[in-house]
Amino acid sequence: MQTNIDLQGLRVAVTGGTAGLGLALVRQLAEQGASVAFVARTTANVERIADETGAHGIVGDIGNKEDIYPIALQVTASLGGLDVLINNASSLGPVPLALLADTECEELEKALAVNLVGAFRLTKALFGALAASARGGRGALVINISSDAAVNAYPGWGAYGASKAALAHLTAIWDEEAKADGIRLLALDPGDMDTPLHALALPDADPATLKRPEVAAAEIIEKMLDALPVSTTILAGARG
Amino acid sequence: MIAADHPDRRSARLFVVEADGAMRDLPRVVLATLFDPGDLVVANDAATLPASLRGTHVPGDEAIEVRLAGWLSLPNPTRFVAIAFGAGDHRTRTEDRLPPPPLSPGDRLRLGSLEAVIERLLDHPRLLELGFTGNRAAVLAGLARHGRPIQYAHVPEPLALWDVWTKIAAAPVAFEAPSAGFALDWRTLQAWRRRGVGFATVTHAAGVSSTGDPALDLRLPFDEPYHIPERTAAQVARAKLRGGRIIAIGTSVVRALEAAANPGGNVRAENAIATGRIARGTRLHVVDAILTGVHQPGESHFELLRAFADDALLAKASAAFTTYRYRTHEFGDSMLLNR
Repeated sequence: MQTNIDLQGLRVAVTGGTAGLGLALVRQLAEQGASVAFVARTTANVERIADETGAHGIVGDIGNKEDIYPIALQVTASLGGLDVLINNASSLGPVPLALLADTECEELEKALAVNLVGAFRLTKALFGALAASARGGRGALVINISSDAAVNAYPGWGAYGASKAALAHLTAIWDEEAKADGIRLLALDPGDMDTPLHALALPDADPATLKRPEVAAAEIIEKMLDALPVSTTILAGARG
Repeated sequence: MIAADHPDRRSARLFVVEADGAMRDLPRVVLATLFDPGDLVVANDAATLPASLRGTHVPGDEAIEVRLAGWLSLPNPTRFVAIAFGAGDHRTRTEDRLPPPPLSPGDRLRLGSLEAVIERLLDHPRLLELGFTGNRAAVLAGLARHGRPIQYAHVPEPLALWDVWTKIAAAPVAFEAPSAGFALDWRTLQAWRRRGVGFATVTHAAGVSSTGDPALDLRLPFDEPYHIPERTAAQVARAKLRGGRIIAIGTSVVRALEAAANPGGNVRAENAIATGRIARGTRLHVVDAILTGVHQPGESHFELLRAFADDALLAKASAAFTTYRYRTHEFGDSMLLNR
């Protein structure tokens, strides 16, 4: 894990920030000096992580349309703008995992509502703030957390895999469209991690065989810095 | 909720008034092709706060609505200038709204999950300074959850934040939408970029457009903080140097750019407060044209247009709006006024 990065001045929002990869991202970004806002559904968890990290906690559900603009308002008001949005909040779909033929339509809809439509809605609501950051020469980046289930046809992972595949393609198209506005969008696969979501999917998996979310978070932060313009990383003091 | 299925948007009209008095009625989509390479379009990228809060005046247990209308110390979201109304909501015309219950400094208001204290009464029975109790995060969450966009009787259905944020909305500092910006979309911005038309932004905390009280309305617009980025100041300077025109998207942009103007027609990059009114006889230093909604004589926004064109020309335009059935509200049609 990198410990010598200084992200002072960088403004980052993370969804799903109280568990697993999202929590590891919030902790590392805050430790490294970034201004961080995070979103999660449960008030008590949000307050606990806000107290622990000093990051700005926001209670909301990415899968709920009515929550999106209130979240966006709190993100931009608390950070004074936004340079990086990490759409990490994810819904697994049916638990336990189910074959598609056994998956309720509503379970597929729920996975799409969070993993695809929720990420789309929040990115759209924050697009103006990201564009403002890009115009100011700070760069602007959206990282959408994807999965190898977006590429490989794993039986049982239909709802999740289909939603993540759609998210990955949406990311690729939007990246082409928004390049000229100075906004980049990346879909990143963090690998199989020892997280609550993974435990829901595969309760019997041996944690020792899984990547620690802290390691995945450090890798994502590195890719984030690679994707931001040099001026931003110098501004953030991240590169000697 | 009117934006998502808003058939009007695509068929919006644009009325172009040239400096020589020539007028054209066009579909608003032509905006993408209207300006020349070297021109600079400047828009207000402020997002809009849900600035209307309804609740209870605790001492008298009476209904009250407060509309946040000014920052006391931007960006501190816990203290504001506000306008108070009695029972009722936006469906009653603002000028017909009941006055608030009798108010005193120190009175507590319960507004959803938020609690506020009247810190000071200003020099009008509806005008006060309000402080929210609680930390910044709790106040932001309370505003986000309980606040509603300020709206008026001509749009009866309740507005959501997505209705009042323009496509370029960034920092949530405006109390009412910088509505001329509803004419912009990312397709138009890309078309301008391809044609060499510049695009820049200011962030201007646009205030309320109407208070319902004639005496108070005369004082609009209130003082409004604005931010002009370095890059925008540089783009204005470059456009001016090359003989390009500066096109302001909305009255708030005119107010910010002219407040920051140097006599030579350039603008200072700064955080400052726009005071005073732009009206007939005001000499404009920076802005050559304004894209605005359709405003009628008597509205505070109309006064500003009189700095761009004489009253005879504006009267001709007003007559044409009636003839062509232009929609005058903030989600309606647009006018491009050149000087």
